[in-house]
Amino acid sequence: MSVQTTVLNLPEEEHVHPGNRACAGCGLGLIYRTVLKALGDNTILVVPPSCLTVLQGLYPVAATKLPCLNVTFASTAAAATGVVAALRARKKEGITVAAFAGDGGTSDIGIQALSGACERRDDFIYICYDNEDYMNTGVQRSGTTPKGVLTTTTPFTGKAQASKNVPAIVAAHGIDYVATASAAYPLDLYDKIKKALPHKGVRYIHVHTPCPAGWGFDPRYSVKIGQLAVVSGMYDLYEIENGIKRLTGASQKLLKKDRSPVKDYLAMQVRFRSFSEEDAKYLQAETEAKWEAYRTQFSED
Amino acid sequence: MHIIESGNTAAAHGVKLARAQVIAAYPITPQTPLTEKLSEFVAAGELDAQYIPVESEHSALGVCIAASSAGARAFTGTSANGLLYMHEQIHWAAGARLPIVMCVVNRGVGAPWTIWNDHQDSMSQRDTGWIQLYACDHQQIIDTVIQAFRLAETVNIPVMVCYDGYILSHTYMPFDIPTAEKVDAFLPPYAPDDALDPGKPCNLNTVTMPDTRQDVDGNTAPGYMDIRHSLHADLRTAVEEVVAIDREFRNLFGRGGNPLVESYCCDDAEVVAISLGSLSYQLRTVVDALRKEGLKVGSAGLRLYRPFPDQAIIELLSGIRRVVVFEKAISYGNQGPLYADLKSALYRQTTRPEVENYILGLGGRGIQTEELTSILRDACQGPGVENDAPRFIGIRI
Repeated sequence: MSVQTTVLNLPEEEHVHPGNRACAGCGLGLIYRTVLKALGDNTILVVPPSCLTVLQGLYPVAATKLPCLNVTFASTAAAATGVVAALRARKKEGITVAAFAGDGGTSDIGIQALSGACERRDDFIYICYDNEDYMNTGVQRSGTTPKGVLTTTTPFTGKAQASKNVPAIVAAHGIDYVATASAAYPLDLYDKIKKALPHKGVRYIHVHTPCPAGWGFDPRYSVKIGQLAVVSGMYDLYEIENGIKRLTGASQKLLKKDRSPVKDYLAMQVRFRSFSEEDAKYLQAETEAKWEAYRTQFSED
Repeated sequence: MHIIESGNTAAAHGVKLARAQVIAAYPITPQTPLTEKLSEFVAAGELDAQYIPVESEHSALGVCIAASSAGARAFTGTSANGLLYMHEQIHWAAGARLPIVMCVVNRGVGAPWTIWNDHQDSMSQRDTGWIQLYACDHQQIIDTVIQAFRLAETVNIPVMVCYDGYILSHTYMPFDIPTAEKVDAFLPPYAPDDALDPGKPCNLNTVTMPDTRQDVDGNTAPGYMDIRHSLHADLRTAVEEVVAIDREFRNLFGRGGNPLVESYCCDDAEVVAISLGSLSYQLRTVVDALRKEGLKVGSAGLRLYRPFPDQAIIELLSGIRRVVVFEKAISYGNQGPLYADLKSALYRQTTRPEVENYILGLGGRGIQTEELTSILRDACQGPGVENDAPRFIGIRI
């Protein structure tokens, strides 16, 4: 990556007021703060109903210092398009429009509007914070919930199906910039937002977002769990810029070093408690195979 | 300039003269020629607007909601299932008090599929908090579209301009296209002072509590119900705005004069036929024929359906012996919606007319002038109907 921000040169200015309605240890809180730092204050946010609606506060109090348009669940990307169109019609230049939705709002109910906006090359940044369930409504399964995960709508044995690969679906639209990131690696996320900014069309950032309440772990371990997802090789940090995919940050380093066992990640979370020893082994093998392919695919890195 | 063109083209010229800045639409019959024409105006550089060819009607109104929130004059148009697919957005636009204008090219709704005209689509959106205007001919379509933007931006409430699919959208009629200078004088640029702006950040449409709540400075902010009550209160006063805007329009353009209810031969009438849209003009032909038979009958069409112009209705109908309501929509399992609204408006009057309800033309079922004539003749001469049950005209099986 051309620019690498560190804690020493990360801007100190905050765009989130102190105090908000997020749960203790919320991964979204980390992401929100980091993304807003990268976007800067000349930005308009578009938010569908989600945990972020709650985090931002109840009328007439708001946690954000940026203007924000709350919209219907399925219309996040269409609304971002509408803001961009209005700014263009009114000859207002230099304002960034950023949509900020959860995984349900992106992979399920919002995917049609997102696909339409990507195809039209409408000009905004779309951030999907993926906590792998419908958390705001009380931990129901979503399109990105991993196989085997216990949710309130997949009780006892967990979700039977694999998760939907949303960044790959979005990348298939041929947009200029798609990236994955994690709440546990805020500097990597910050740099990806910065990198996305000068591109045109929809720029899509998918962010892995540990959720203590929904995943079942002590709030103090949010970053630890986010890191384990990456260093075990289960969740990969990458970017696809102008069609070229490359691993970044901690994932890139995994090409040349050992990954931590998948079971370490699973063991820390209540949502995986229906996983058997066999399931964990299968997941480990699946991860091995994926990384075997990566070693060939990304060997020049 | 007078031209002979379709109703959809008349609407498109209205949108162009209104200088809509953001247009988002998804094709659906019989609305398509309207949006094709608008995309042509934009592509030819005749209209300086952002035309967004969205992937669904839900997104069409989603784009308009956001564009309007960001300070642009926004327009969309749709029909039937497209309108229904927008439904949550329709509520949202009214709740957010956005002055969006939408043409509803009236069409029946599935299932089974029909592409032909009735009013079930716009009627089903009656309670969303939008203003609903109905046009009866091509001139009214273009004039109403222009007035709709002015009205919407005066009261901060979105407006539907409804006109009959095929009967008006696809037929060719002469109409006058006013000059851009005159329309500009009537409709100034949209300049809201509360548009989304990084210089004045605000969090719009966020979660609002059942009760009032204090802001950080100790001021009391409204709760959800207070906000929704103000929408209702402002809709009621919008009736007066419709009248005032029509008066101003008439002074400038020489057209209009009956913005709430348009009546024909009602002054001395004993029986009045009431309907919405082009049907009220078809009923004028029936009135002409029956007048020749010496029957005192008139026709009236509601131009404004929401907010309901109850005072105008009471004034028009208080001395009438019998009112016959013809409707291209029904509240299934009950009655025609206009019939129920009209009876409700008349309920507190000491002298009130008998009211009859006829349902006709659903899914484009032909409306025969002979049938209308026969019903109205019976209404003039017969004993009247015995109950509130709607009577279906033209049922074949």
